[in-house]
Amino acid sequence: MAEHSIVTRTQVGRRPGRYVLRAVVTAYLFLLVAWPLYLVARNAFADGFTSLNDILTDPDVTHALRLTVVIAVTAVVINTVFGVGISILLVRYDFPGKRTLNALLDVPLSVSPIVVGLALVLVYGGREGWFGPTLESAGLQIIFATPGMVMATVFVALPLVIREVVPILQEVGDEQEQAARSLGANAVQTFRRITLPAIKWGVIYGVVLSLARSLGEFGAVKVVSGNVLGETRTATLVVEEKYLNFDKGGSYATAFLLALVAVACIIVVSVLRPKEDR
Amino acid sequence: MTSSTLAPQRPAAHRRSLRGGLPLTRVSGLGLGVAMVWFSLLVLIPLAAVAVAAADGGWAGFWRTVTNDQTAATIRLTVGTALLVTLVNIVMGTLIAWVLVRDRFFGKRALEILIDVPFALPTIVAGLVLLALYGPGSPLGVNIANTRIAVFLAFLFVTLPFIVRTVQPVLAELDPEIEEAAASLGASRFTTFRRIILPSLTPAIAAGAALSFARAVGEYGSLVLLTGNLPMRTEVASVRILSSIENDNLDSAAAVAVVLLAISLAVIVVLDVIQRRVMRRG
Repeated sequence: MAEHSIVTRTQVGRRPGRYVLRAVVTAYLFLLVAWPLYLVARNAFADGFTSLNDILTDPDVTHALRLTVVIAVTAVVINTVFGVGISILLVRYDFPGKRTLNALLDVPLSVSPIVVGLALVLVYGGREGWFGPTLESAGLQIIFATPGMVMATVFVALPLVIREVVPILQEVGDEQEQAARSLGANAVQTFRRITLPAIKWGVIYGVVLSLARSLGEFGAVKVVSGNVLGETRTATLVVEEKYLNFDKGGSYATAFLLALVAVACIIVVSVLRPKEDR
Repeated sequence: MTSSTLAPQRPAAHRRSLRGGLPLTRVSGLGLGVAMVWFSLLVLIPLAAVAVAAADGGWAGFWRTVTNDQTAATIRLTVGTALLVTLVNIVMGTLIAWVLVRDRFFGKRALEILIDVPFALPTIVAGLVLLALYGPGSPLGVNIANTRIAVFLAFLFVTLPFIVRTVQPVLAELDPEIEEAAASLGASRFTTFRRIILPSLTPAIAAGAALSFARAVGEYGSLVLLTGNLPMRTEVASVRILSSIENDNLDSAAAVAVVLLAISLAVIVVLDVIQRRVMRRG
């Protein structure tokens, strides 16, 4: 191991081009990501902990933070159940239209969040939507209420769990599942004892990624929420509103909280993943 | 060794080869039914509603909406900047992937994490983050807020991971012996790169480029605070759609949205074609 790395180092050392590339890449990432990210943390703490303290004691902001967490967790739960289920169907079963479904499942990744919001409003909007007026007369308001915000969040994060679980399911194969079944295990037992432990890490990555994506959704939620103070305002909407109202301290502090969670999610995944690869 | 931390986009060859499988049982058939109902209610019907709303005014109405001066300007700016950003990403993304796979140095792990930040960071925070360095009061002494450069920069930030993460695993799996053979036969390093490495990376680069283009075209959140959304100057297509929605003009919002959806659809088809070609080659 040690010897190997020495050899690699001398090879690297003989090629000055590598240092140039390394420097270019590091500088690019520093200017595009690292420095801007650092500045947000610095701006959030420009007056010590005052800004952070202010937003955490503001009932509107704490309500927004709570709402964000509730929506994100609900969306992640829905996407995890749907994602694991559909992954198993795609990999283990055969049915007509499978290829098309597989391609369609990627659609949410390349649809603009604003278009997502518009699409949901057109169907579930209370006044002119396709289903909206019917649902509303039955007492279920979707647009400008929490259900619509959950749907928008589920939409944008939909493929993430599937993309993590499908390759793992393909890799582990179905021999163990067949063995379990031939030994008399029923479907639930096979899933709980064999399939779930095998795809455990994929599900965990998918959940962490979906959580990061869901907590930070902005455009789609903005369209369907109506952005009502103290009711349907989420954390990302607070960042925008505070900035536009010249409360930069509050805006940076809220942004700092969101960035902190996002970076924590990435670090969790990057710490877990190599263990899995080994 | 080199782990692609988030791998939001897996390389072509690793995805779908979903042929075969058991026939549906009663339980799995029911599961598929429930999943399809949910997927239809959430994704398919709403997207169809966008197309229907856009078609409400007939072809003439649709054409009038999307060729309206201000709207056409937003589409031109969005697509043009997205293309430019994708070109930069093709070069920089491949370069970053190369350094992450082939080089070893202290702090590489940190760079790996930085690559994924734009993927996980809320877009509105991304805008704020860029504003802190390149906006008013910038420590670099530049101020690009409310200019077209801001649109370019925001797109560049949010699309950073795509090509890196599609190219990286393919590059890691390349057999170094072929490169060594080329070198021993007298190929220069540039020739080896152009003739040996680049052809194997092309499908991954193309897939990443398609995704990065699609992402840029639909971007909204990071632009809100950064570009000022000035009509005819820095307004992009998704901002235009939002202002139509806010003016309660859903039909013209839908018309512009259909243009964006058509672009997304084209990207998915291109991706599918690339993946099929790669799979056929083995």
